[in-house]
Amino acid sequence: MTTAPVVSAARGTVAIRSDNLCRHYRMGETVIRAVDGVSLEVRAGEFVALLGSSGSGKSSVLNLIAGLDRPTSGSVVVQDRDLAKLSREELAKYRLRVVGMVFQSFNLIASMTLAENVDLPLRFAEVDRGQRQNLARQALERVGLLARMDHRPSELSGGEQQRAALARALINRPQLLLADEPTGNLDSHTGTEIMEMVRQFNRELGMTVVMVTHERALAERYAQRMIFLADGKVVDDHPNPPTGDDAHFQGVQP
Amino acid sequence: MKIPDLTELALRNLRESVLRNSLTTVGISVGVASLVAMLSLGTGLQQLFSQRLAKSGLFDTVFVSSRRDLRGMGREEERKGPTPGESRVLDEPARREMERLPNVSEAYPDIRFVTELRYEDKPHLTMISALPLSAKSNDAFDGMQGNFFSSDTAAEIILQKSFAEELLGKTPPLGAAEPKVAELAEPLLGKELTMRYAQRQASPATQIPLRANDATRNDAIPADDSIAGAAYSVVSREQKLRIVGVSDLDPETMRGPIRAKVFLPLGLAESLHVMQPTDLREISRAATDQPVYSSISVRVKNPAQVRVVEDAIKKMGFNTFSILDASNSLRQVFRVLYAFLGIFGSLALTVASIGIVNTLVMAILERRREIGIMKAIGASDGDIKKLFFAEAGAMGILGGILGVVLGWAIGQIINFGTNLWLKSQSLPPEHFWVVPLWLVVFSIVFAFLVSLVSGLYPAGRAARLDPVQALRYE
Repeated sequence: MTTAPVVSAARGTVAIRSDNLCRHYRMGETVIRAVDGVSLEVRAGEFVALLGSSGSGKSSVLNLIAGLDRPTSGSVVVQDRDLAKLSREELAKYRLRVVGMVFQSFNLIASMTLAENVDLPLRFAEVDRGQRQNLARQALERVGLLARMDHRPSELSGGEQQRAALARALINRPQLLLADEPTGNLDSHTGTEIMEMVRQFNRELGMTVVMVTHERALAERYAQRMIFLADGKVVDDHPNPPTGDDAHFQGVQP
Repeated sequence: MKIPDLTELALRNLRESVLRNSLTTVGISVGVASLVAMLSLGTGLQQLFSQRLAKSGLFDTVFVSSRRDLRGMGREEERKGPTPGESRVLDEPARREMERLPNVSEAYPDIRFVTELRYEDKPHLTMISALPLSAKSNDAFDGMQGNFFSSDTAAEIILQKSFAEELLGKTPPLGAAEPKVAELAEPLLGKELTMRYAQRQASPATQIPLRANDATRNDAIPADDSIAGAAYSVVSREQKLRIVGVSDLDPETMRGPIRAKVFLPLGLAESLHVMQPTDLREISRAATDQPVYSSISVRVKNPAQVRVVEDAIKKMGFNTFSILDASNSLRQVFRVLYAFLGIFGSLALTVASIGIVNTLVMAILERRREIGIMKAIGASDGDIKKLFFAEAGAMGILGGILGVVLGWAIGQIINFGTNLWLKSQSLPPEHFWVVPLWLVVFSIVFAFLVSLVSGLYPAGRAARLDPVQALRYE
């Protein structure tokens, strides 16, 4: 493993802080409160799972943290950047440098080979071709796909595609890994494989991980902390495994 | 993103939907081809005309006449300056003076007279004109059979085609096919004919009262009684001339000095002292062997200097005429023609550019998700915009290159076709279709710019896509 660990923020300091974060959509007459006053803190190096049923607003929160969306009100501050105050250009830079993302549907570009998919963020970062190829190889090696680097996504299994997506999320050495249902399209064995890899990134590279999932078992197995959302609000937030003080929450959960 | 990366991604994206993008590119190339076609036709025609006109010798020639000839009365310069009677005579010293002016390559008198030519003992009355040797490069003699004069004083003659017909008694009835020059020349070349003409001969006896100061002849002061007795005799002469050429030139064309049907070398014509129409009027001034010319043609080294030379000659006290004004308005006509051809050519390109907009808007719909992915992993609005611009620009450049080739090929075919036709009409081949380098460069750059402009709207739209919605899109 030649990729150096990224530990720019000391473990324990606050990496993400949201304060009364709201994201409302207007659908004709009605206003949908996808995120409705979420306040939370994630410390650097933490592995947090955002849980909730579909429509609970967990993905919307993730999109706000990722800088893909802007809050209607409230604030989300990631490593001292108030995302609501960044320009579109600055937000793109933030996504490029600070955030790595993986999705349920992998979101690789079908017309590109794995190597090209993985080095795409480096193109936006204007990294030289030679260095780009080096970094892409390293990232693919880390996820065990070096041999498939010239294949197209359609020639790979779902697990392999998600590993390639992880390599792509890793390539700019971001401090933050945001995963939106990363195992949603995978069988449990492959899902475990991917989660092991995410945990590895979290532990070895010191990446802060925020994972959206509706599989509680998965969260319990890998996350250090679980945040439950319902109707755009935080309904529970406790470490995993629960400490004695928080034990009573277990029974309250739906 | 860096430009090589952009180009690579853009070309890759274009390859992804090959058919649609190729069709759009072909659309651009047709637009460019029509632009190239129109402008190269314009360029070709202009070159053809200006070559023709330059060769005709009309544009570098100033025609000088004496104010004493009372020609062009009422013109502005006519009212100013001395009255015709006080004006200078157009004679040999005046000619030499003109030849010494800067930028003048030669100044030769226009000698023209009507006289009788005998061929096989039959008389033919015709207009004869004298030509300097420099007329050899004139396009009037492009289609000539035989040779130009061997020297300036050779006893040689060139016939115009219709006069050759007359000599052979072969004048075709109106509307019938014209005989070929070669057929006419074949029996005539090398034959001799006899020119009968009136020679002006100074009478030595009457020169006695001439004033001692011979220079007064050149002054603008009216002659006084001291040469009242001046006189010359008119003698009938004969001169044998050998036919060296038969010219294809149409005598009805606008060429002033060549409007005659028979041509002599200038040196010979001068030495013959043929009686000129001006001789009678100027008898009081030039009762010697020194001729007085009715007009002089001054050839200027460069058509651009015609005006300067013209002004200088006007200052000497003569009337001048040049086709400079005509050439200016011709240039104007070509400028307008160019603009029109350009507008028509651009129309097709405009339609093609709408094709680009259409293709790219389609591409946005298709690649919505891809745009969302790119944004999610860090592409800025500018990156997306540039990517679409690059795709538009690549189509523009490819279409431009293809279009220039296509336009050039169309031109070659048309050139070939017209030349076949010209050949069937036994006319020399012409190049109507000229694609100069500047047009090639201009067309490609223009296609590129037009496609970038077409890319403005789609690129802006792609860049503004909301990544969250784009990622949700399947």
